[in-house]
Amino acid sequence: MRRAEIVTAVLMAAFSIYLMWKSAELPVGWIPDEGPGGGAFSFWLSAAMLVCCVWIAIKWVRRKSPPSQSDAPFMDSFARNKFVLVGGGVTAMIGLVHFVGMYGAIPAFLLYYLRVLGRHSWPTTLAIALGTPVVTFFFFDVALRIVLPKGYLEPLFYPLYDIFL
Amino acid sequence: MEILQHLSDGFLIALQPLNLGVIILGVMVGLFIGAMPGLGSVNGVAILLPMTFLVPPTAAVMFLAAIYYGAMYGGAISSIMLGIPGASTAVATTFDGRPLALKGEADKALTAAALASFFGGTLSILLFTGFAPVLASIALDFGDPEIFALMLLAFATFVGLSGDDIPKTIFSICIGLVFSAVGLDIMSGEPRLIFFDIIGFMHGINFLVLAIGIYGIGEMLWTIEITRGESSMSKAVITAERILINLKELLKTWKAAFLGSVLGFFVGILPAAGATPGSLMAYGVAKMTSKNPENFGKGEIAGVVAPEAANNAASTGSMLPMLTLGIPGSPTTAILLGGMVIWGLVPGPRMFIDETEFVWGLIASLYAANFFAVVINILFIPLFLWMLKMPFTVLAPMIFVLSLVGGYAPTQDMHDVWLMLIFGVGGYLLRKLDYPLAPAVLAIVLGPIAEPALRQSLLIANGDPTVFITRPIAGPITIVAIILILLPLLKLVRDKLRKKKSVPSS
Repeated sequence: MRRAEIVTAVLMAAFSIYLMWKSAELPVGWIPDEGPGGGAFSFWLSAAMLVCCVWIAIKWVRRKSPPSQSDAPFMDSFARNKFVLVGGGVTAMIGLVHFVGMYGAIPAFLLYYLRVLGRHSWPTTLAIALGTPVVTFFFFDVALRIVLPKGYLEPLFYPLYDIFL
Repeated sequence: MEILQHLSDGFLIALQPLNLGVIILGVMVGLFIGAMPGLGSVNGVAILLPMTFLVPPTAAVMFLAAIYYGAMYGGAISSIMLGIPGASTAVATTFDGRPLALKGEADKALTAAALASFFGGTLSILLFTGFAPVLASIALDFGDPEIFALMLLAFATFVGLSGDDIPKTIFSICIGLVFSAVGLDIMSGEPRLIFFDIIGFMHGINFLVLAIGIYGIGEMLWTIEITRGESSMSKAVITAERILINLKELLKTWKAAFLGSVLGFFVGILPAAGATPGSLMAYGVAKMTSKNPENFGKGEIAGVVAPEAANNAASTGSMLPMLTLGIPGSPTTAILLGGMVIWGLVPGPRMFIDETEFVWGLIASLYAANFFAVVINILFIPLFLWMLKMPFTVLAPMIFVLSLVGGYAPTQDMHDVWLMLIFGVGGYLLRKLDYPLAPAVLAIVLGPIAEPALRQSLLIANGDPTVFITRPIAGPITIVAIILILLPLLKLVRDKLRKKKSVPSS
């Protein structure tokens, strides 16, 4: 925890400086008859973020905040394991949307999560993994007319479009 | 009398078939979400907001408000049965609810929680109905300096009263405000903060992207880690006869219920404070004023009644500044406010004049939601207990899928979905280091209102920042905000002085 606290503070400080620099692309000072420039609001707030990071670092040196006193690991093996398996799964699902669309990615993710991580029976897994996209299709594509991305699977949906849209 | 007239008109709107339907559905969904460990009203409202595009705005807001209400009732169920608070708002309910369940009196605790919630909800809506029109008519005179002063107060409340690490709280507020500034500068029309020149940033960062990231993906990652997949449920025996016996005992706790409701309502009104501090304070006060405080923590029924009355009262209370001033009183109402802006309903004093039907319809829907919540809660306790057995490995992937489509739907841009994932994972990692995240969500909603208010005020005053102190209404608000920000500092100085005093004497 202690190391994670200072690493995060330094990273966030760097991010604050980047935000200040990015805000400064627009005027950050006072423009006569126009008021504060377009970048002023975000510039000074990013500056405040930087001050907070320095403050967090000072507290870290003086061991004032709970994470800076803790010797526990930032992530134990259980947490790291779950983070990689679950976070990786979600990332893969979003990545897959670009190729096989929502209706390919969602069942694939549910299949992985329910069967591999949850160790549920095949009937439960298949019922949820195949039922969810059907409900999603009728809710979003049909009822809301929000057409979700289909990727390379688009041609498969043409007959459905003809019927429902 | 005028209020009664408005209210009866409101009931005509709230009781229309569609609206009544969404209220009942919202309450059921809310009860379910609240009952699930790790999920609370804020998660429900954030994840389900994109789904409400299906119905007209009035019904959509009623649905979300009903979820908010239902979740406050439902939070008690997992607090009592599993000992895991269904949401942070139900933390105080575990203190005595869990011991009661372990003693085999879970039914008593569940009935007490439901009825106390109903009592708190009803009392607070009555207070709400009385206060809202008055506050709105005062707020009609507010100009930009007053609006900005109120925003300052909302953020100051987080710094002064939340009890989280101060630099981390301020950091969270600032980062939320900076993210709200991404996109086109509304006053000059120039693009700003377009990171790495990615086109997706041109339309700004939608508040839902941050809210779903944090409360959908981040929350799930967090819950998976802390519950470690283990929980044990208590048994509950429920019969009509036992409910009647419990009712008699409950009548004795009216004082705790009353104090909890009033306290909860007023804490809820404070911008940004919300139901969690309200319920914790109510528990403390109930213990302090009780004849037998030593029973608290060992299964005292008043210890369930007070926080449950308070968290429902606070959820109504937090709607008051949201509707009348446009300043949300809790993270959930912040998301509700963002949603209302999407639908073209701008909360604030003008709404009581321009959107009378909507406002009073919503107020009437709160009465209806409260009624249905208590009825459904008590009738379906066995059903909720059965649902609590649903493995987390089924719930979690469904939430991830809902987050994915919910993150895509508002802007229909995959860029926002990736951003949501980054916010979710980033939020989870920051939360592990005690960074509070609710201030960032509140800030990204309030940013687009706060920035123009600040710039206009400074422009009118020719760059003189004292405009926030010298105006008759903005002045006191700003001063209270400054005091709140300095409050932790004063505490620090006081503690240091005490230490110095105690050193020479010892």
